[in-house]
Amino acid sequence: MTGFFTLLNKELLRFWKVGLQTILAPIVSTLLYLLIFFHMLEAHAEVYPDVVYPVFLIPGLIMMAVIQNAFANSSSSLIQSKISGNIVFVLLSPLSYLEIFFAYILAAIVRGLLVGAGVYLTTLFFFDIPLQLPLWALLFVIMGSALLGALGVIAGIWAEKFDQLATFQNFIIMPLTFVSGVFYTIHSLPSIWQHVSHFNPFFYMIDGFRYGFFGVSDMSPYFSLVVVATCLIGISVLTIQMLKVGYKLRH
Amino acid sequence: MVLAIEVKQVCKHFGTVCALADVDLEVQTGEFFALLGPNGAGKTTLISIIAGLSQASSGSVKVMGHDVITQYQDARRILGVVPQELVFDPFFTVREALVIQSGYYGISNNDLWIDEVIHHLGLADQANTNMRALSGGMKRRVLVAQALVHKPPVIILDEPTAGVDVELRQTLWDFIKQLNQYGHTIVLTTHYLDEAEALCNRVAMLKQGKIIALDSMQNLVGNAVGHSIRLKLSPDLLPSDLKEILVRYHEGFHILKIDNYAQIESVLATLRKKSIQVLDMQILQLDLEEVFVNKMRSSGIEPK
Repeated sequence: MTGFFTLLNKELLRFWKVGLQTILAPIVSTLLYLLIFFHMLEAHAEVYPDVVYPVFLIPGLIMMAVIQNAFANSSSSLIQSKISGNIVFVLLSPLSYLEIFFAYILAAIVRGLLVGAGVYLTTLFFFDIPLQLPLWALLFVIMGSALLGALGVIAGIWAEKFDQLATFQNFIIMPLTFVSGVFYTIHSLPSIWQHVSHFNPFFYMIDGFRYGFFGVSDMSPYFSLVVVATCLIGISVLTIQMLKVGYKLRH
Repeated sequence: MVLAIEVKQVCKHFGTVCALADVDLEVQTGEFFALLGPNGAGKTTLISIIAGLSQASSGSVKVMGHDVITQYQDARRILGVVPQELVFDPFFTVREALVIQSGYYGISNNDLWIDEVIHHLGLADQANTNMRALSGGMKRRVLVAQALVHKPPVIILDEPTAGVDVELRQTLWDFIKQLNQYGHTIVLTTHYLDEAEALCNRVAMLKQGKIIALDSMQNLVGNAVGHSIRLKLSPDLLPSDLKEILVRYHEGFHILKIDNYAQIESVLATLRKKSIQVLDMQILQLDLEEVFVNKMRSSGIEPK
């Protein structure tokens, strides 16, 4: 297990050493989103009974920050190692593909949780945010960051250049995040877009996470749990398989 | 005794390009083995396959009896590889990089050995310096240190002295020689043939993905038939009768291969007949470089 913990520790140190950019910066930009939307949309009043818009918005924004940072962590670590060539230190070592997988995923989860916790704790100073079912919220935030961490590993392995990684981020991760109900409840959408949203796994992550706060959600939290868990397992199996055969890593 | 490295019928294709063709190679434990060949001969590809950085299209490779695919963890624990590319992790200092590398191999308390490696490679003053701040030569030393953190029984060095100053070459080889005396198997590729000749006891020469010579250093140099003479001529023209014993032309000297000293007389007679004057003449033992050039040429390509 020493090998696994070393790689995990290295991955944690990697972002911790540049924490200003990897933790503080995303917290600040998330709070800016909140500030802007709060001032623009305050008048829209209640989304759920007893839930005013900014409070509704906060869990969505937290999850969005978690998603983006979990993805950024594993994908940028891998692409940097690949481009600078220092990935060989891991590839030459006897670390198994499972150890590599779990180290990268756990580091992504930790970074996602740190950023998410930072946003949550800061907003507590300004708003009264209920956290009715914290275990549900924790479950969704962990599964969501694990899923994005795994997607980050896939993107990091697949991309050969930084712009290919940016493509993955801008055309897959960002759109799926923005149309997932971060900023609205899907019941406010025209019905066609409600149906489309049901095919977006990110929607279930955010909806399930929000359930943890308010005890109400667009979908049944159990259904969301099944969808997110299924996606997590599927993507994890794919990632592990890529690492096992050495796709784009061991030519 | 179990072989340190056993390469069996290994082929490697990149698309339609064949980088290695049916390579067979056995390295005994405790050997100091050189892998020579021009750029693009397949040396690094072969090393990558042994190290698990690349996968053979067909054939098998074993390190100390462990298959590099099916028993990859055992095989990699035994190997220490110094990659050719100057790579480093910019987030860490020299010591941090070595502690992390030890951890990958499952070693958590490695300070004593890390100190020793740092000392032997002349890295003591840089131990707490960030990798980014090091010169190229120093980064190279760290790469060697990283390959040695787990005291690997089999050490592979892919052109470890490329672009490195004389001082490091000396410290590096002293350390590697010492490791070899302690029983570590050493495989190296180098462009400095004098290094291979001074250090190694067996050589394989690779050309266009094929092994064209595999022998002990002694045999290879010995079989290459004794001696060579270096001649500076005026006019600087070699008579056509002598062309067939010409090894190469280098810095104004014609280097000719001779089987025995008596042959010198016939060479000189031929030159006299053509009224060519000898300005300078040296008689040399044929060294590895000449053997190398000969082998490469007789197999149809010029070495780089």
